[in-house]
Amino acid sequence: MADNEILTESSPASLEDDRQPLLSLRGIGKTFGAVRALQGVDLDVYAGEVVGLVGDNGAGKSTLVKAIAGVNTADEGEMFMEGRPVVINSPQAASHLGIETVYQDLALCDNLDVVSNLFLGHEQRTPVGFLSENEMEKQGLAVLRSLDVKLPSARALVSALSGGQRQSIAVAKTILRQAKIVLLDEPTAALGVAQTRQVLDLIKRLREQGLGVLVISHNMADVFEVADRIVVLRLGHRVATFDIRNTSSNQVIAAITGAEFGNTEKANQLLGQQALGENGK
Amino acid sequence: MSEIIETEATSTPAIKGAVSAVEDPGYWQRRSFGQLLRSDLGFLPVLLTLVVIVIFFTIASNGLFLSPENFSNLIVQSVPLGIGAVGIVIVLLIGEIDLSSASAGVLCTVIMGILTERAHWPAAPAITFALLSGLILGAINGFFVAILRIPSFIVTLAASIFYNGLLLFLLFGQTTQIISDPFVLSIAGTATSYLTDFWGILLPLAAVALYVGSLFFNYASRRRAGLRTVSLTRLVIQSIFVVVVVVGSIVLFQSYYGVPYSTAILFGIIIVFWLLLTRTRWGRHLYAVGGNAEAARRAGINVATIRIVIFALCSMLGGVGGIVLTSHLGSVSSAIPPEYQLNIIAAAVIGGVSLFGGRGSVWAVLLGMLIVQCLQNGLALLHQTTDIQNMIEGLVLLFAVTADALIRRAQTRSRSGR
Repeated sequence: MADNEILTESSPASLEDDRQPLLSLRGIGKTFGAVRALQGVDLDVYAGEVVGLVGDNGAGKSTLVKAIAGVNTADEGEMFMEGRPVVINSPQAASHLGIETVYQDLALCDNLDVVSNLFLGHEQRTPVGFLSENEMEKQGLAVLRSLDVKLPSARALVSALSGGQRQSIAVAKTILRQAKIVLLDEPTAALGVAQTRQVLDLIKRLREQGLGVLVISHNMADVFEVADRIVVLRLGHRVATFDIRNTSSNQVIAAITGAEFGNTEKANQLLGQQALGENGK
Repeated sequence: MSEIIETEATSTPAIKGAVSAVEDPGYWQRRSFGQLLRSDLGFLPVLLTLVVIVIFFTIASNGLFLSPENFSNLIVQSVPLGIGAVGIVIVLLIGEIDLSSASAGVLCTVIMGILTERAHWPAAPAITFALLSGLILGAINGFFVAILRIPSFIVTLAASIFYNGLLLFLLFGQTTQIISDPFVLSIAGTATSYLTDFWGILLPLAAVALYVGSLFFNYASRRRAGLRTVSLTRLVIQSIFVVVVVVGSIVLFQSYYGVPYSTAILFGIIIVFWLLLTRTRWGRHLYAVGGNAEAARRAGINVATIRIVIFALCSMLGGVGGIVLTSHLGSVSSAIPPEYQLNIIAAAVIGGVSLFGGRGSVWAVLLGMLIVQCLQNGLALLHQTTDIQNMIEGLVLLFAVTADALIRRAQTRSRSGR
């Protein structure tokens, strides 16, 4: 986190480019019948930044992620990818734009080995049409190395891996598909202590590689450890955005639950000023 | 085991950046025998069962069982079963079941028989037409399973009953149709339906040479790419095993009339499907659909198309098996032996293909069909009648599947298996 701060301050020349958000949402709304799941949500994700998306059950986190991932199309609002307006109406469209999602169930085939899973649906072939296994294994290992993942073997079946390793495989898969933005849905849910650590390190490494990361989580400690900014959704509205450097866990929880609403508004304004200040520099 | 690897990983940050840092260097050496049984040596229990059966019948029949004549007959008899079982293997691999492939096969042969004998078509177009109808019938099964999401068990059961009626209708109530077309009979029904010694020895040897060559070529190219390789010893043992099995079979075949055409067809089909399943994108996707259909769909794989193609191929392979059987028997019968379909499925399952999808190899067919056929043939040699044959076969199937399930479960429970 501290690295990130230094990075932006010490490279003023590229500041303009850096501050162009990778992904930016404006006024996103979504209704399911009579239920307004999302209303007027704005969200920016910058390159090399981890944004934590938090909120209570039913706050609209999943709906928002699904809208970005193209699973459910948003009813209203605009999306911009690197400043260009885009329409995301299918998972393929999202993938094409460089938005990859890692769902909670990871979508791995237990009966296949690590390399097969990494390249599933994007297998490389020799001129004859056979799979070029060795080439894929080499590239897969390179990506796993860049994420500092430890595995028994690249040819081990995914069913033989731990939860943290499986999460790593799912994330590595997104990188192999040239992701610019990675959406992670509850990446640390159902993981043990050591494995949670692995996944958090993995998220930090994604940031170091200049990807934009959007993490949904219920776990405040995890969010505070990896996120640069925290966006709070409540009842379909974005109620607050916090900069992690001057926020306490209590403030975020207050925003999530709606207690002490005035306080969070203040935090929001504070952040706005800060953002302005940074832009000015 | 996974926990150990992780603590190693966190406590040795110095390794970071080393070439082999991702993979745990000791993994392949440390694998227990149980783990090997579950992966690379999964066929061993089945092979042992087959060896026990063969030894038992050889002793009980005073060597008659393993005589070249009986061995050759046994193989020829089991080929239709084996070809049908290849179809069942690919259906099981995507986590479905097909109860109609045997009836579809018989229906194909009836169509072929009517075309050659009543309409006097030449054999080649008649066979092509029959196999195409098999393909279409299977695709209809696949349509109901993949698009309308009806359970394959019910769809194929209904199809099987329908085909039974349809073939009676096509034969106008005639119970058997004698086949006289010389080409059809030459596939498996005549004394000359054997490869010449030259081809019978050359083809299998060439296949083995190619296989062993590819093993070592792959070893070398992995070395060059800096990837982890299996030990040379293992490679040599594997090659010797394959060479011994193939040369042994050639000797057995050649000491009678030679390699039957039908056996060559079966091996051709197995090798083609083995290459398709393990070396192509299509095969990889097929395993993915069987392992996790939702993940496959999200990876952009067209799951519905794969399912339809698999069902189509399964019925067509049933047709190929049926035509070989017809050629062997010299006639088409309207009565489908009730245990034929179940034997086909039994051969695939005994061979070690999981009923739950995604696990198994097409080579399983060979072991499975040999076990099923050895039991029938051996018990017949010992003058046991169908009642005893069926009871014993049922028990062996139950035993084989139970043993397989127990081995797998024990491995999953033990920490080393995880």
